[in-house]
Amino acid sequence: MRYFVRRIGYFLLTLWAAVTLNFLIPRLQPGDPAEMMVKKLAGKDALLDPAKVQAMRIMLGAPQGNLFTQYIAYIKQLLRGDLGVSYNYFPTPVTQVIMKALPWTLTLVGVTMLLSFVVGIVLGALAAWKRNSMFDSIVTLGSTFIGTLQAFWIALLLVFAFGYTLGWFPTSGGYDASQPGLNFAFLGDAVYHSILPATVLMLLTPIGWILGMRNNMIMNLGEDYIRLAKAKGVPDKQVALRYAARNALLPSITGLAMALGGILGGQLLIEQTFDYPGLGRIMAQAAMGKDYPLLQAILLFTIVATLLANLIADMLYGILDPRARKASS
Amino acid sequence: MTPTQPNVPVPPSSSKDDPGLLIAAAAQIDEIESAGPTWWQVIWSSKKARFGVILLAVYVLVAIFAPFIAPYRADNLSFGPVEPTSAAHLFGTTTQGADILSQLIWGTRVSLIVGMFGGLFATVVALVIGLVSGYLEGTWVDDVLSFFMNVALVVPALPLIIALMAYSEVRSIWFTILIIGIISWAGPARGKRAQIITLRNRDFVTAAKFAGDNTLTIIFREILPQMTSLVAAGFFGAATGAIGAEAGLSFLGLGNTESVSWGTMLYQAQLQGALAQGLWIWLLLPGLVLSGLVMALTLINFGIDLISNPHLREDA
Repeated sequence: MRYFVRRIGYFLLTLWAAVTLNFLIPRLQPGDPAEMMVKKLAGKDALLDPAKVQAMRIMLGAPQGNLFTQYIAYIKQLLRGDLGVSYNYFPTPVTQVIMKALPWTLTLVGVTMLLSFVVGIVLGALAAWKRNSMFDSIVTLGSTFIGTLQAFWIALLLVFAFGYTLGWFPTSGGYDASQPGLNFAFLGDAVYHSILPATVLMLLTPIGWILGMRNNMIMNLGEDYIRLAKAKGVPDKQVALRYAARNALLPSITGLAMALGGILGGQLLIEQTFDYPGLGRIMAQAAMGKDYPLLQAILLFTIVATLLANLIADMLYGILDPRARKASS
Repeated sequence: MTPTQPNVPVPPSSSKDDPGLLIAAAAQIDEIESAGPTWWQVIWSSKKARFGVILLAVYVLVAIFAPFIAPYRADNLSFGPVEPTSAAHLFGTTTQGADILSQLIWGTRVSLIVGMFGGLFATVVALVIGLVSGYLEGTWVDDVLSFFMNVALVVPALPLIIALMAYSEVRSIWFTILIIGIISWAGPARGKRAQIITLRNRDFVTAAKFAGDNTLTIIFREILPQMTSLVAAGFFGAATGAIGAEAGLSFLGLGNTESVSWGTMLYQAQLQGALAQGLWIWLLLPGLVLSGLVMALTLINFGIDLISNPHLREDA
């Protein structure tokens, strides 16, 4: 029990640190968002009217007062779930912009991540079981080689080859239909658009799982309980699956929990390359268009999601592996 | 597992009380260690690592001699747009009239500088924080440093880098290096903390303590040399990460605006419609040379793993 209480306490402490970090980052930089917004609306060369800037400041809910009162106001705002108004999509609240993009990222990155986890675990376990075989070298060398390629570059090449040159797949976007809705035509269209980005992800994301699972499995295969099982005459297949793989899977499961938290911010470059309407592209565009409230909110979302996922991973580990519970209490 | 016994002589337990025997045993161990292969021999003995070293050397030479190798300056936009391959332009020109080959050659400098200094910065920060917190494990200093490490580890790196870059008005290569370094020290720091915890209760540390050395001397003069290969592996890992991060940032249009890098080449290629116009050379080459550099560093790290883990050497 103490293990779980400690983990939750630690989570709250990290959460506070992350929230504070998110508060401090924009304040470390020079420049006034209200001035920038007025400039953006009026054109770069227009003279800044102080009254307009002040009005904009109030409208944007830009911070006033000293750092401490700003901090209190910021925490209060967060507790109300009010994250401000987007500059680029003015006057839409940033939470609305995020909620619109969220399902796209969750489905594309979430589905491919679960798939790549299964593929990676199976390949990694097989490679370890047949260590130094032809299969093992193909899998390990192949993963290492593909791992040196940059994801966005593969994405560019695939769009070029299968989108522009061959014309098999759409080159950008998430759907063609003017009105997204829950009908088969739209869903089919969305799946069709997601094939190329999903291919890039399926090429690259299993690599970590493959190499991690292979290492864990090799370590477990050297343990005494495996030798004992073999000496007892347990069939090979059973030793591999029920003994070694089961134990080797443990770190990967907590790894999966953590990776799921990283979904939100994870595949920014790929979404940007495909102009896919998810959170990653929104964040990239917020960064380029200096849409600070949106940028901050997405950063906060990603951090909180990662922290929550970490907490879940820790809890899972405590349940699955009694040694972890004992070690920390 | 081979049935033969390792040929390291194990002194009988009674010898612990006899200083003469201890010294003899120590001398013997020294002899065995010095008879082993040097770090360079270990790296060179692996085909993969040897290829990595040669490949990296090529990149370094290209970067150093860029002014002599490159036919033009990278920012020279005076040529005709989209010229095909010719003697004057080996890989043609971009839509803005820049020579692609020259941009590739000059871009090598940016990637190598980012890799070297980004890796160095992250390694030094990781070393100082990891070693101090590991050596003082269990004290409040360790608690505070470990807390910072854990916060930095769970904060997603790329979104944070992008947010920090978006706020900055100056976009020099050194700012990119600074940001990448600030983000990427935590992982290696935790590794070094774990390593020093296993090292700090060894006899040679106790001996140094009794000799009256202060804490910093013990950490950096006694313990640090024991983990050189770990530090080197951390450096190459961080350098690889920094090179990839710079390329990604530049591809998003958030990189440095002063010099042409492989990432900015790809950014321009996508922006100017190289995809739709079928300018495949412009898309292919920057990513290819980037992957080659990352590959070289990865292969070198294979070799460094062989130094720290002799078990791996058998199947190399």
